[in-house]
Amino acid sequence: MTHNFTVSPDFNPSHISGWYIFNTWLQRAINEEIHLELYNSATEQRKAIADDQVQLIYANPYDATALVRDKGFIPVARADNKTDEAIIAVNHESLILNVEQLTDGTRISSTDDPDVRMMCMIMLEPAGLNKSNTITIQRDAYILIAKDLLKNDADIGFFLEDTYNELSDITKKQLRPIVHSQIHVIHHLLLVGPKLAHKKNDMQSSLLSMVDDPKGAGVLKSLNFERWIVVGQEEAEFMIDLMDTLAE
Amino acid sequence: MKDMMPDDISGEYQEHMFSYHDGTHRKVLFTNIETQLPEGSLIVSRADLRGIITDVNQSFIEMSAYHKDELIGQPHCILRHPDMPAAAFGDLWKMVQQRNKWHGYVKNLRKDGGFYWVYATVIANIRNGDITGFTSVRRRTSRTKINEAETHYQTL
Ligand SMILES: Cc1cc2nc3c(=O)[nH]c(=O)nc-3n(C[C@H](O)[C@H](O)[C@H](O)COP(=O)(O)O)c2cc1C
Repeated sequence: MTHNFTVSPDFNPSHISGWYIFNTWLQRAINEEIHLELYNSATEQRKAIADDQVQLIYANPYDATALVRDKGFIPVARADNKTDEAIIAVNHESLILNVEQLTDGTRISSTDDPDVRMMCMIMLEPAGLNKSNTITIQRDAYILIAKDLLKNDADIGFFLEDTYNELSDITKKQLRPIVHSQIHVIHHLLLVGPKLAHKKNDMQSSLLSMVDDPKGAGVLKSLNFERWIVVGQEEAEFMIDLMDTLAE
Repeated sequence: MKDMMPDDISGEYQEHMFSYHDGTHRKVLFTNIETQLPEGSLIVSRADLRGIITDVNQSFIEMSAYHKDELIGQPHCILRHPDMPAAAFGDLWKMVQQRNKWHGYVKNLRKDGGFYWVYATVIANIRNGDITGFTSVRRRTSRTKINEAETHYQTL
């Protein structure tokens, strides 16, 4: 039986091949047939999850919440030294130096990535800004947000910090972060669904030993991960509680 | 909880005697010095069923001006400021015990007598159907909201 694996569609497109390589490696490591299915949008992916089409997922913290609480997924692992932080950036020539200078009518360029949106909207609260007094331009990719800022089609842009850091140097030179989140405890999680849960321990030991194996180390490199570390139920539950306190 | 000590206070201070709802008392010393929570940071703590602090993050430690080992094992009202009326927390415990989220604007007291304002959320940790503790996340808010809360609390 083939199991479907997917990745939250907020990852950097340059890592797509890395996820295919990882999938090939994982199938051998745990001796299961796994098919990697990447969805173009969060909406498409949610539909697949709702239809029980997914048994393994590298999920953003927002989706992880519903998967663990409502769908019985259990945490397997996360990338070490990677936390999900968000950045709000402006055009480098912008007069805005900090959040509190922003005013009603601020134009926001953002993807539909739910955790980045949530973290960034929270960071706008000190300026008294919210959904009703800002204008959001929704984009499919972070590079388009950078473009909006460069062309002054938006005043501020919402980024996942990791993705911001991977923008080209030329692009980054023309942008300036005004605030970045410092939450430290929110991560993407590798989660396994009930139908593949019997493989959790196998998966964990294979993932942990990846760094020590030349092939595995190469796979990690293509994902831009240092190593995997195991995530227990309580660590995941704590993160979900935290997400809950932040959700409206 | 120990009384606050003049040696720990920076600046001119006033005194206040708290009688907490658990029946304990504490003398607190407080100044007019405000510290702002840095933009983008969140103050996180966890509590057991009685509100005793079981875990705090770095931002909690920095904003409270206590050492971590002075916080773990203490009740959360170690942060209570004399300007915070009991009624401001009135429904907190009822709400979270009923598994609802509680939100509020809170002025917290620092070890050095200063204060900081936050927008706080508290939720119950539910594990296998039971409440095992509580988590609180506090974030920066706008001056407008602080002024509104301040005015409101003076009427309570
Ligand atoms: C998780 C959690 C976090 C809390 N955080 C605060 C806080 O930051 N400041 C505060 O004054 N009270 C906080 N409280 C409420 C206190 O436990 C206490 O109810 C409040 O300070 C009022 O004091 P009282 O004991 O006199 O009623 C928190 C409670 C919980 C469960």
